[in-house]
Amino acid sequence: MRVNFTVNGRPQEADDVWEGESLLYVLRERLGLPGSKNACEQGECGSCTVRLDGVPVCSCLVAAGQVEGREVVTVEGLADHARQRTEHGSCGTGSCGTSLDAAKQWQPKGDTDSQTGEGTELAPIQQAFIDAGAVQCGFCTPGLLVAADEMLEQNPNPTDADIREALSGNLCRCTGYEKIMDAVRLAAARQGEAV
Amino acid sequence: MPGRNAPLGTPTKVTQGSKTKGGIGESTLRPDGTLKVTGEFAYSSDMWHEDMLWGQILRSTTAHAEIVSIDTAEALALPGVYAVMTYDDLPTDVRNYGLEIQDTPVLAHGRVRHHGEPVAIVAADHPETARRAAAKIKVEYRDLPVVTDEASATAPDAILLHENRTDHHVGHVDHPNIVHRQPIIRGDVEAARARADFIVTGEYTFGMQDQAFLGPESGLAVPAEDGGVDLYIATQWLHSDLRQIAPVLGLPEDRIRMTLSGVGGAFGGREDLSMQIHACLLALRTGKPVKIVYNRFESFFGHVHRHPAKLTYEHGATKDGKLTHLKARIVLDGGAYASASPAVVGNAASLGAGPYVIDDVDIDCIALYTNNPPCGAMRGFGAVQACFAYEAQMDKLADAVGMDRVEFRRLNAMEQGSLLPTGQAVDSPAPVAELLRRVKAMPLPPEQQWLTAGEAADVRQLPGGLSNTTHGEGVVRGVGYAVGIKNVGFSEGFDDYSTARVRMEVVGGEPVATVHTAMAEVGQGGVTVHAQIARTELGVAQVTIHPADTQVGSAGSTSASRQTYVTGGAVKNSCELVREKVLEAGRRKFGSYHPAWATAELLLEGGKVVTDAGEVLADLVDVLGEESVEVEAEWRHRPTEPFDLRTGQGFGHVQYSFAAHRAVVEVDTELGLVKVIELACAQDVGKALNPLSVVGQIQGGTTQGLGIAVMEEIVVDPKTAKVRNPSFTDYLIPTILDTPTIPVDVLELADEHAPYGLRGVGEAPTLSSTPAVLAAIRNATGLELTKTPVRPEHLTGTA
Repeated sequence: MRVNFTVNGRPQEADDVWEGESLLYVLRERLGLPGSKNACEQGECGSCTVRLDGVPVCSCLVAAGQVEGREVVTVEGLADHARQRTEHGSCGTGSCGTSLDAAKQWQPKGDTDSQTGEGTELAPIQQAFIDAGAVQCGFCTPGLLVAADEMLEQNPNPTDADIREALSGNLCRCTGYEKIMDAVRLAAARQGEAV
Repeated sequence: MPGRNAPLGTPTKVTQGSKTKGGIGESTLRPDGTLKVTGEFAYSSDMWHEDMLWGQILRSTTAHAEIVSIDTAEALALPGVYAVMTYDDLPTDVRNYGLEIQDTPVLAHGRVRHHGEPVAIVAADHPETARRAAAKIKVEYRDLPVVTDEASATAPDAILLHENRTDHHVGHVDHPNIVHRQPIIRGDVEAARARADFIVTGEYTFGMQDQAFLGPESGLAVPAEDGGVDLYIATQWLHSDLRQIAPVLGLPEDRIRMTLSGVGGAFGGREDLSMQIHACLLALRTGKPVKIVYNRFESFFGHVHRHPAKLTYEHGATKDGKLTHLKARIVLDGGAYASASPAVVGNAASLGAGPYVIDDVDIDCIALYTNNPPCGAMRGFGAVQACFAYEAQMDKLADAVGMDRVEFRRLNAMEQGSLLPTGQAVDSPAPVAELLRRVKAMPLPPEQQWLTAGEAADVRQLPGGLSNTTHGEGVVRGVGYAVGIKNVGFSEGFDDYSTARVRMEVVGGEPVATVHTAMAEVGQGGVTVHAQIARTELGVAQVTIHPADTQVGSAGSTSASRQTYVTGGAVKNSCELVREKVLEAGRRKFGSYHPAWATAELLLEGGKVVTDAGEVLADLVDVLGEESVEVEAEWRHRPTEPFDLRTGQGFGHVQYSFAAHRAVVEVDTELGLVKVIELACAQDVGKALNPLSVVGQIQGGTTQGLGIAVMEEIVVDPKTAKVRNPSFTDYLIPTILDTPTIPVDVLELADEHAPYGLRGVGEAPTLSSTPAVLAAIRNATGLELTKTPVRPEHLTGTA
């Protein structure tokens, strides 16, 4: 089957999709967006978290056909998503991606170092994860970023208990979560300063 | 108290590079951080190649059986299937592999020995096609009786897991179903027992833990024009993989080019091979690139686990609280294949007394062959199981003597110069008493916050959390302490070396260092530290970390807390050799212009050659010119020696790592729910090369120990030896809600034998975390609790 949907603001068409394929598989293997991770593929770890019409979901549990006509934001689109939110106000729907015209003129950013990614535009939550030491192996990181970014969108001043509750669906095996807590607190604080 | 006045050690002073920004001791940020937060970092499961096929492994559905027949015809006939391979299709006579003992079949031959053993492999153009094809392979099994514990494995008529063993352990074990045995005998336990005023005994059971790294086993094998194969893989040790892969494929090692792809955690679970050989076999058979990615279900069968253990301990003490003796027996279940079992036995035995001075010791440790899942390396490696038992014993003994539990430990704590039960002196700082003092001195979290917080009381901070099972009724608090000792580096005479290639040249008008090693970055931050070392040793700002591959010599394993020590040591050593060459070049070019070139101690700082008095002699850009200076060199730590097979005596370890924990728990005694409120840690790291990473390692290791304490266990059916919970639905690891705050106090007492005085960090916190939590739950409930993990039914008496 063919599935048409929007990913990170850009219309996408996936062909020859088998009915049993998940959104995660289509993103990773058909659209060249492997940022969403495949740690369990059974909806338990949160590493594949994306936003579907603004709502965080485990993309491994979403059948590809279910996303027909809908909007998906992945970790690859998080920086754009955050920038647009800053420029245009809240974006709870996740529909504030790149415009079609902008997408057609899209080019890879020329001044990015392909080895380290230096020069890449980052969302505040992405920068906070780096600065706070919340990244070790990094396999949980994309899902956590999408979930944490969404939480801060809904709740700009979370308590520690709020953060833990919002991120309780995302497993991390490396960090013991302390630096992840630090990162989310840091992103919230920076967000507060910026307003 | 012994050791109170002894010097604890001093922090290491570094002269070269001390003014260089981004050098050792700073919390520089990960060079791969940006790629990891943008989703662009290429993990082994993210690899993609034009015309790529997907590999799938068919695994045994039973734990122990003869294979009567395998019929692949239907699978091969499925459209989209390119190859189906079984044992009969293996290209050479080398059909087994293994870390130390080559007892693990690439594909099962006539018999399967554990649930989930690979039987056949398939390549197809879609992963689902490959899965369906695998399901169409008909395997007829004839079940054999299973051996699952010491009694069934060592019965005189027990079925043998491996007949006709030829490995070098078979001569000193009492039964062919025992992989390895290591006694440690020192002093005279019988005589010491007679001096004891108090004797406590305990039997402890330690559950099977899974590494549960998040990035599944995966990789991409690409057939090459020269008949070889390029393998992109997540592993802990590229060269160890290569040594095992090459003979099975029948290729010389230089025709198998391995490149480390992104590794999503490891924790010991990637020391053994998983899908490496299978992907290469399918790629060479089909002539197409083949990618294999396990799902989580398969991952539970696709790597070895932490050995479950039964530990029987007897300690004695005099009435003034001095330990008299230890008699212990540790039985590890190694499962169907040897993996790292022999080395785990050596660790559990030699560290089985813990960080205490005990003159009279009799420890006996074995690992069994059974039909349970194979067990091998996991963070802490034998020392974890022992620590759980001896720390429970310390609490019991302190109570028997009538002493404070922490003071009892401090009274008996080892210090620099103390002897291990192996007779080996601890020849670097051993601040066991100090770590306990520090962790005890940390402020305690407020009690009964649900009473004092008023409207701010948050049900999420109580046992049961959002399930809203209590508002404080039936909740009691407990506090527990534990301390442990872990060896750093490979022990028992292993030639534990690493290799680093370092190049310095001018790029874009700036001096740049390139560091190339085969070290597996698995998340620990080795790449960060290598760049820091190069900045410090070479005084440059720009360091490029070359991707790890087999085009450079072996770095050894990313395990045993050894990489910062050993590959860090190799990078430091190669940088020093490069520095000497650069200074020689400087003397040749500019020596005649300034006498200091001949007379002063010269340093590289800020891209310049300077004297130790700070006078600038030349720019590195001018010294190097168009030349590049490159060195590749091996580096080793001090040699160790094997333990005597009868007495366990010997200089077996090169370094130790110590951590202490204090756990604070609240237990809902009615429902048996545990909330760990805080898990404080104090650890000596010798020298924190990157303090942010050090704390991250300690917190991560602590949390894995917490998992052992209250939730993690692979449940194996004792009747069938089949795994009952191979999923993250049924095998639970700590979430952010289960994990408390983890305050960390880092001590830096240099080990003069190690680069910069550093100590391996990663494993020690996993040792003492578990017994501290157990001690806290015992303290809260008054229950004995001799098993990990503690489950609700153990607390409510309904087990």
